[in-house]
Amino acid sequence: MRHVLVIGAGPAGLAAALAASDAGASVTLLDAGDGLGGQYWRHLPPQRPSRRESRLHHGWAAFERLQGRIGRADAIEVLTEAQVWAIETADAVTAQVLLGPTDAAGREARALTADAIVLAPGAHDRTLPFPGWHLPGVFSAGAAQALAKGERIAVGRRAVVAGAGPFLLPVAQSLTAAGATVLGVFEAARPRALARGWLPKPWKLLGTAHKGRELAGYLAHHLAHRVPYRPGRAVVEARGDGRVEEVVIARLDADWAPVPGTERTLAADAVCVSHGFTPRLELPIAAGCEIGPDRFVRVDPDQRTSVEGVYAAGEITGIGGVDAALVEGRIAGHRAAGGDRSAMGSAPRRARAAAELTRRIEAAHGIRPGWTSWLRDDTVVCRCEEVPYGRLRAVAAATEQRSLRSVKLTTRAGLGICQARMCGRTVESLIGADPSSGADTSDRRPLAAPVRLGDLAGLPTAPDGA
Amino acid sequence: MSAIVPWESDPIRPAEPRPLRISVDGAPVEGLRGQSIAGVLLARGETAWRTTVAGRRRGVFCGIGVCFECVATVNGESDVRLCLRRVQDGDVVETRDDTAQDDTVEDRS
Ligand SMILES: Cc1cc2nc3c(=O)[nH]c(=O)nc-3n(C[C@H](O)[C@H](O)[C@H](O)COP(=O)(O)OP(=O)(O)OC[C@H]3O[C@@H](n4cnc5c(N)ncnc54)[C@H](O)[C@@H]3O)c2cc1C
Repeated sequence: MRHVLVIGAGPAGLAAALAASDAGASVTLLDAGDGLGGQYWRHLPPQRPSRRESRLHHGWAAFERLQGRIGRADAIEVLTEAQVWAIETADAVTAQVLLGPTDAAGREARALTADAIVLAPGAHDRTLPFPGWHLPGVFSAGAAQALAKGERIAVGRRAVVAGAGPFLLPVAQSLTAAGATVLGVFEAARPRALARGWLPKPWKLLGTAHKGRELAGYLAHHLAHRVPYRPGRAVVEARGDGRVEEVVIARLDADWAPVPGTERTLAADAVCVSHGFTPRLELPIAAGCEIGPDRFVRVDPDQRTSVEGVYAAGEITGIGGVDAALVEGRIAGHRAAGGDRSAMGSAPRRARAAAELTRRIEAAHGIRPGWTSWLRDDTVVCRCEEVPYGRLRAVAAATEQRSLRSVKLTTRAGLGICQARMCGRTVESLIGADPSSGADTSDRRPLAAPVRLGDLAGLPTAPDGA
Repeated sequence: MSAIVPWESDPIRPAEPRPLRISVDGAPVEGLRGQSIAGVLLARGETAWRTTVAGRRRGVFCGIGVCFECVATVNGESDVRLCLRRVQDGDVVETRDDTAQDDTVEDRS
């Protein structure tokens, strides 16, 4: 029997695990969190049961079906609180895993091998810096979403949602459903860009009609709750004494540069900002997978990466939302298990429709270069090491440095505890670095998760069963 | 200010939550079973609990364990991401103040 390891139990990983088991493989499904569902279906833990949690979700019935079938499948082993911190592909595919509560010392270390592996670790928000974004009260939009769904927390009473992309809509809805007043959704893309990305050839989106209904639902919700949706606008500053008290909104030109004289101020205690998503590339890079020029894992129509036995699905292959993640997961799991291509039914067609959605999100909402003009010299760029824009610029200019590595070493930007996950791509674009070679990129980091030195000492050297 | 949806009026109709107690910097703090430690603090309206070298206050930023801004010491173990760590009754949380001393601080602005 083939053994397939699936890393990440979001929509992509859940679909992959089930498809692999349906195709006759034995499966181990791992997630660092203590529940299944990933970011999309992030939910309250079993210690906090409720009768109508489905109200917070789209496609909740689909999730319950997936979760139920995975729970009943004898051939699927589920390991939660299982942090994969390294992957080796030299001989067999091996994942190094720590089992136990987040960041606890003395977690059980295991090395899991498999015939094939499906990587589905998802993505995290990308937030562009702006003056005052380091203040308490500024959150990534994903944080507001995760806290509303997974904790029933509203991050503020009067909240502003801003950035770019369709994701801002569900965030605003979750915030209102958690009791916050959402003062507006400020989308950087201007109406022309939105139309260019979303309107042409609408039939191409038919395969993702369900996503269309979901988005239409959010718009109806926001109309009903009088949440204004304002395209061509951005939060260009957050102000306050020790925490956010007000935000400055400005109109943007087509390149996302603020239009002088259009600033207005809103009293708010929370700002939730996301300008897109960054794929979590540590594991695929560690596995040796080729990363494409778009900085996603390169896969073929079977979701195969450039490394034998390593498949990838979900947001690490492109930002296409839940439908793309599900269908890519199905294909990846099926093929990783050795399943026949002819048995995949409508999956390939749906994968193409999902890819169309990915292209449209990028065309309509992709980051435009003018945003840097809302920075000031004292705007923190690297949050961990508190490196301001002025210092970064001065060092890059004085040393004529465009190499990310040397600017990092001189300024310490990107060398803090988050290991450049938050600021890496921003620093690259501010100094004009060229990450395309793959060597000088902020995506590369030695470990996928922090490991305590004491735990490293006690790690097994041979894989389980060897 | 952050706040938790009161369970009695939450439309998802939760079961009555079960309380627990932890200590944060020596003071007793009430939480609910199933919260993350960050969730316990945010439910009390606390949005910042760490102080950076430059003296800035920080709390949750990304909410999913990638930014590491919400870290604190839990039961003696440093650098635990509070947004991911499920709270246990009796947890001992110590927040972190990294503010540099005036005479040693380099110019960070
Ligand atoms: C905070 C957040 C909230 C979001 N909410 C929504 C939403 O409400 N609506 C929407 O349309 N889109 C949302 N998105 C976009 C979302 O990424 C996709 O819709 C969808 O969840 C992607 O599915 P996925 O399976 O690719 O990845 P994810 O759902 O992100 O699942 C990846 C899983 O892999 C696990 N993982 C990652 N690395 C490791 C590791 N090293 N070891 C072990 N496990 C690991 C993670 O814990 C996670 O559970 C959100 C994104 C973020 C970041």
